[in-house]
Amino acid sequence: MPQGAGPAGLDAQGICAWFGRTQVLDDVTLSVPPAMVTALIGPSGCGKSTFLRILNRMHESTEGAQMAGEVYLSGEDIYGPGHRLTDVRKQIGMVFQKPNPFPSMSIADNVTAGLGLTNTKVSRSAKVALVEECLTRAGLWSEVKDRLDRPGAALSGGQQQRLCIARSLAVRPKVLLMDEPCSALDPTSTRRIEDTIAELKDEVTIVIVTHNMQQAVRVSQRAAFFLAEPGTPGGIVEQGTTVDLFEHPQDPRTSDYVNGRFG
Amino acid sequence: MTTLYAVPPVAEADTPRPAPRTPRRIRRFTAEDRFAAIGSFLGSLALVYIGYLHILYFSGVLGFLVCWYVTFMVLYGVVVSVSNPRPIVVERLVTSTLYLASAVVVLALGSTVLYTFAKGWRALVHLNFFTRDMAGVSPTAPLTQGGIFHAIVGTVIEVGIAVAVSVPLGIGTAVYMTEVRGRASKLVRTIVESMTALPEILAGLFVYVVLVIGFGLSKTGLAVSAAMAVTMIPIIARAGEVALRVVPGGLREASSALGATHWKTVSRVVLPSAAAGLVTATILAIARGIGETAIPLICSGASSFTNYDPVNEPMNSLPLMAYTEYSTHEPLAIVRAFGASSVLLTMVLILFVVARLLVRDRGARR
Amino acid sequence: MTATVDLLPPATPPSEPRQPRRLSSGLQPSDRIFHGGVTSIGMVVLALTGAIGLFLGYQSIPTLHHYGLRFFTQTQWLPQLDKIGIAAVLVGTVEVALVAMVVAFPLALMFALFITDYAPKRMKSWLISTVDLMAAVPSIIYGLWGFFLLQPHAINLARWLSQYFGWFPLFHVDTDPNAAVWQQSRYTSSAFIAGLAVSMMAIPLACAIMRGVFDQAPLGEREAAMALGGTRFGVARTVVLPFAKGGVIGGTMLALGRALGETAAVLIIISPAYAIKPRVLEAGTQTTSALIAGNFGNATKSQLSALLTAGFVLFLITLAVNSVAAVFIRRSRSGTGTEI
Repeated sequence: MPQGAGPAGLDAQGICAWFGRTQVLDDVTLSVPPAMVTALIGPSGCGKSTFLRILNRMHESTEGAQMAGEVYLSGEDIYGPGHRLTDVRKQIGMVFQKPNPFPSMSIADNVTAGLGLTNTKVSRSAKVALVEECLTRAGLWSEVKDRLDRPGAALSGGQQQRLCIARSLAVRPKVLLMDEPCSALDPTSTRRIEDTIAELKDEVTIVIVTHNMQQAVRVSQRAAFFLAEPGTPGGIVEQGTTVDLFEHPQDPRTSDYVNGRFG
Repeated sequence: MTTLYAVPPVAEADTPRPAPRTPRRIRRFTAEDRFAAIGSFLGSLALVYIGYLHILYFSGVLGFLVCWYVTFMVLYGVVVSVSNPRPIVVERLVTSTLYLASAVVVLALGSTVLYTFAKGWRALVHLNFFTRDMAGVSPTAPLTQGGIFHAIVGTVIEVGIAVAVSVPLGIGTAVYMTEVRGRASKLVRTIVESMTALPEILAGLFVYVVLVIGFGLSKTGLAVSAAMAVTMIPIIARAGEVALRVVPGGLREASSALGATHWKTVSRVVLPSAAAGLVTATILAIARGIGETAIPLICSGASSFTNYDPVNEPMNSLPLMAYTEYSTHEPLAIVRAFGASSVLLTMVLILFVVARLLVRDRGARR
Repeated sequence: MTATVDLLPPATPPSEPRQPRRLSSGLQPSDRIFHGGVTSIGMVVLALTGAIGLFLGYQSIPTLHHYGLRFFTQTQWLPQLDKIGIAAVLVGTVEVALVAMVVAFPLALMFALFITDYAPKRMKSWLISTVDLMAAVPSIIYGLWGFFLLQPHAINLARWLSQYFGWFPLFHVDTDPNAAVWQQSRYTSSAFIAGLAVSMMAIPLACAIMRGVFDQAPLGEREAAMALGGTRFGVARTVVLPFAKGGVIGGTMLALGRALGETAAVLIIISPAYAIKPRVLEAGTQTTSALIAGNFGNATKSQLSALLTAGFVLFLITLAVNSVAAVFIRRSRSGTGTEI
């Protein structure tokens, strides 16, 4: 796996997903260009989060989950035999819907938690610099800089989520996946995080799942519309630049969705 | 322009559908990993075999195993670190150790069960072992004479009485702890939790002091039952409380909303919902009770006669008999001791399987 | 035609501020009986516990009156000479229990972690059943197993330990381990071997509680650690073990409480010796419960009182240990969901 700083693109080909016997995704192909934000939109329950979790190999940690297809990061299939699970996840990070900072650690330790987990050796001074850098990029530094020793869980919801973003950034991923990161937060925190996403995209490729269409319009440059008919696996109906998808959708279902007629 | 998906329209019978994809097999362990593990396993075994036995002349199985483990860890660690970063090496070594620890525990239990049956087998093959008691039979008598009938009878009667007493009290306490609010019930819960860990010998002592010294009764099966009940009640109460707590509050509310009194809610709704859990709690308590040795040691005499009367004469029981036979140190008596232990173990196993089936049943019905 | 909306008349402010209404609970008679009956059962159990402590304490009065504090410092148990004390017995009790916990703690912890995080899912319920079965096996069976199967092998280990680590008082044995024909009887019936047998009862207890709390570690945090690139052990280290601290300590202490009071296995294995010695590998020791069980049969009235006093001390110790354990489990993050 080539190690290098900077955002990378993801290429998903023919992705299918099963939970046990039930197929939830059928033949999804998506190209995620580097250094921009791609949004996955669609009504709830059509497989967007499942697809996202396939992109960093989190899907297989669920009991009974299976997948088919390939996901290429910088030209190499992350599901191939030569790629270690832990390396893949270091390169492709994830921020979850419900903020989950480690409560037994301080704020600073939370940020550097990924280093300890992947046994990346960093000197003490480098660690301090890293904490400041990541918290700044996540838009949290000014608020917590004088209480870095406080437990990570003693923050508001929006702050916790930004802490989780900082934590993911500390391992220097090439891609950052975000699974409805603002759905559990208030509007002010949501705006803060959207600003953060806009600032991050030049350094990290971002894929964000959201069922808030206005957020998709605000935040992303490209978008893909997922849909699942009842009883059938989900898939992408239409994809393109965000502007095109919202203003000139070709498929009537896309047009219905982005105009709020369902979902 | 957006890209549309080539989603095939519904029901076009003549268009051949693409072959449906099958799930991909994701290999966590490569062939190289497997070789590393197996190679280290065998290599360390060979190394230790030569070193331990032929170079250093140590003896003892335990030492061999310890040396083998250490050698394996070193060898495996080195092999894995050749092509893997440190977190993976640590992960592999930890995984090996966890597998080993689990194997040790499972083996210990397995060896206990198998050894008990193996040593008791010689006695178990004789029918008289189950149908006769030890009246007039000396410890050195051959295995074709005597048996544990009186001990089986004693165990069954003693446990039966103990169950009859402890189930109502235990479940009643459990109901008290869950259904009645208040500081007193919290206190009771704390006390019950402490009581589950009361050493059985103290329960026996207590009953002895109260019943035998206090009331002047003699050492009988009833005393044993009372002491058993003292240990069983907290177990039933605590496990029963858990079973009752798990019953969803919504059920209770629905019953109240229909106008039922608290008592009706409990007896018609809560208890039946928790029935499987309560029965499991009782079975586990019984398993605990029938295996207790210290209680019969203190509270009853080890008679060799079959006695169906719990109130008057001393009564033998399986664990007590196993102990007394063992303490004669006569080889045949020791076989009898293992035989009695085997019967005891079988009873516990049956109870256990029954409890497990009940749990599975409850899980399936949900 | 405009629709009219009926408006409520404007509320007149009350003359006094409103107070909560006192509602009568209106318990039916059957409920009163129910509550009364169930409460009395609870009280009976409560009284029972208090009674045990009271009776044992009451029976201890003559002994304490006669011997005073010497009862706790005297190591010998010679009723004929009127020299009895539980100093050696208490030390022996603690030694056996500690040996059991030193063996049981790591095994229980590793087995519990294995069951929750490492075992293939199909095996999980079987492994849980193994733990429960281990807890249900009667202690006399572990005693016989320990004496007949384990002891011959364990004394080799004891000899090896005393051979190479005998300079440390704990592992010293009063015999020559290097002799060509070494004295096996100096290594049998020791606190060490009794501790090994007792550990078989401590392991399932500690393991069940630890497993319960490991299972409750929040999935969100687990996934966060995985998404950062953590290995399974990394996830355990970062999320599961910190979460389960309280349960681990509490479970260990509960198992310790059980080990302190264990009777049958100890009775079978040890040979009674009354001396305060740290040499756990050496033959001969005594625990409180074995003392009581062993001397009960032919005890005179005053000896009985002494035994009951020893029992009372054991009662207080186990009560203290278990209460502390319950506090740890309650206070921990996993407290509310754990069943001990």
